[in-house]
Amino acid sequence: MATLGATYDRIRGQLQDYQRVAAGVIGAWGLWALIGALFIWAAVDERQLFVIGLIVGSVLALGAIGLTLIYGILRFGNFAHGDTMMLGAYVAFFFLTGLVKEERRDTSIGFGLGDLPGATDRLGDLSFGYGFLLAAAGAAIVLIAFSVGLDRLVYRKLRQRKSSIVVFSTAAIGVAFALRAVLLIIWGPEPRTYFAGITPKNEYPFDILLKTNEIFTFLVAVGSAAVVYVILFRTKLGKSMRAYSDNPELALVSGINTDRVITWTWVIGGVLLAVAGVLLALQANLKPELGFELLLPLFAAAILGGLGKPQGAFVGALVVGVCQEVSVAYFSAGYKPAVAFVILILILLIRPRGLFGSST
Amino acid sequence: MISPNRIVSASVLFLVAFFVTALPFERSGFDAEGTVSFLTTFLTTVAIYGIFALALNVQWGYTGVFNFGVAAFFMVGAYTAGIVTKPPDDSEFVQYIGGFGDFLSPDVLDSEEWLRFVVGTAAAGFASGLLAFLLSIPTLRLREDYLAIATIGIAEVLRRMVIEEGSVVNGTNGLVGIPRPFGGWFDPSDYKYAMLVIAVVVLVLVFIAVERGIRSPWGRVLRALKEDEEVVEASGKNVFAFKMQGFVLGAVIMGIGGSVFAYARGSIGPDSFTHFFATFLFWAMLIVGGSGNNWGAVAGAFFVWGIWNISLQLNGYDMPGVLQTRVFYIRDFLIGAMLVMILLLRPQGLIPEERRVSIWVDRRMRRLQRKQPPPTAEAGP
Repeated sequence: MATLGATYDRIRGQLQDYQRVAAGVIGAWGLWALIGALFIWAAVDERQLFVIGLIVGSVLALGAIGLTLIYGILRFGNFAHGDTMMLGAYVAFFFLTGLVKEERRDTSIGFGLGDLPGATDRLGDLSFGYGFLLAAAGAAIVLIAFSVGLDRLVYRKLRQRKSSIVVFSTAAIGVAFALRAVLLIIWGPEPRTYFAGITPKNEYPFDILLKTNEIFTFLVAVGSAAVVYVILFRTKLGKSMRAYSDNPELALVSGINTDRVITWTWVIGGVLLAVAGVLLALQANLKPELGFELLLPLFAAAILGGLGKPQGAFVGALVVGVCQEVSVAYFSAGYKPAVAFVILILILLIRPRGLFGSST
Repeated sequence: MISPNRIVSASVLFLVAFFVTALPFERSGFDAEGTVSFLTTFLTTVAIYGIFALALNVQWGYTGVFNFGVAAFFMVGAYTAGIVTKPPDDSEFVQYIGGFGDFLSPDVLDSEEWLRFVVGTAAAGFASGLLAFLLSIPTLRLREDYLAIATIGIAEVLRRMVIEEGSVVNGTNGLVGIPRPFGGWFDPSDYKYAMLVIAVVVLVLVFIAVERGIRSPWGRVLRALKEDEEVVEASGKNVFAFKMQGFVLGAVIMGIGGSVFAYARGSIGPDSFTHFFATFLFWAMLIVGGSGNNWGAVAGAFFVWGIWNISLQLNGYDMPGVLQTRVFYIRDFLIGAMLVMILLLRPQGLIPEERRVSIWVDRRMRRLQRKQPPPTAEAGP
């Protein structure tokens, strides 16, 4: 046993040495340079995939920002994040199809509440009309209620009991699977789409083909991220959130209302998830399993940027999105999760605190 | 003195046992033989899942290592055992690497019946432990959640690799016809009883090994680690090494469990190792049963798998339309909700963690008690 322990000691010592060397060679600036080089190469060599990657990354960013905010304020990895995003997407789906005329109604839902205005309209080249925006707003309201309600019912009780972070994460996992089961009970395992039919691809400079849907997605995602940035860095609420995230004890002493900060964290996270969910569902088929599969890229993005740092999560999500899409040119599309996983392991080996993380 | 909590736990377990026996009995038209056959399969599965609950208990219940990708180690163990015990692939439609079954079956000591399975199980444990060792290098020194997401990742990536690289372990079709241990000694229709014995023997061996390990000084360091890493570090223990040992030991047991699963099923495919089935269920078993207690882990395996089977039996009864087709998802929901409820209402689980685990102290106390009977109320001051 003693020799085994000594061997472990030696291995650990060596690992720490390697890591120190790696951290020295590839510090934060090295990492930025690496990402820059990757982006330039991708932009030159795989233009089309690069642009698609940016769009996918901007949607991922909304989820990753919420994840990293919750991590910063509540100090646990919310493993229910992907499934909550799916809940938002499915609620919007319900507003679009469960509420409208008989022929568009999803057969597995046995009731309809009447017409949602504009649900079948189309705006120009887009595949949707203003009904879609109403449905997205409805999804956002449902997700706010869900997130805040869940915090009151589950996480607040655990906070009062001063449970360890792992108990929070385990509870989140329970929530994730229960939520996925609810989606399966109501909508079943079949893939769903918001709008049938195809929309044309337009040509843009540098031979890039894009649907108007995709441009809309990118603009909305970046716009939402900008709004969050303004809230966090230009308002008093944002200031207290950042202060709480940096040092909870100090924030408490300086009279910051913890409950208010936590509630607003869930509200912002919920709205971002609803937006991300509906944007994602515009691009791809909705499946209940998608929620859990999203966890890996979301966490990879949040950790790459430095957990607790929203601006890091944004950059990280763009990197993960671009890497995943560009990888399709070289590997099978089934390996997209593997790309996120490799990024995750690399960043944990080289610089666990991420791009924006502080030294502690 | 029996505490009310123990009575509640015992009656809950008894209730599950009753329904697991009574429902198939009623549904098969009071056919005793069919019920026994059903119970044999049921208990075999409980024993196999009990091995996983014990392994997870070593990792999370004792060491405090947050493995949320049990599926990865399960899968590696099962596939390794399959490859080691099967003969090489023989057609272009069935492709996999290796197939050492024939090589391991020379006519020594009738080894056809046991050698390849011993080697298969050992290889499964080794492969799974190696994976845990590699994974622990970047993650174990960081906070618990990093390991959780890394293990989720490796489980997903390995499952994708099995699907994408069709020629490594036969892709989505999976491995079929994995040989049965001692299969030649029994009539195929009676083999399930032999499998039950094998699974229970492995479970008991694992249980004894884990109990001995935890009641040793080594095990007490692991338990201390879960409570407070800094205190352990301050008392001169190598935190990283102990955490790695706990993680790797748990993974080895998962590999062994995976090999038993492969022998019992006879065929495995990537669909057998989904996140829900191969990870979440074991977590539910451990948390419901009581993390930090080996009896709790096994009781949890019995309880959750019992609930699972009861809902399976309920499926046959008349139910309104949507419920009929989606009853399985309702069960999934109930198990997820049950996990959250247990964490909120009874975090210690059915059988709570013991405060003191030490063979030495237990033995010493018993000896002391035998020498001088414990002071009674009258004798006290």
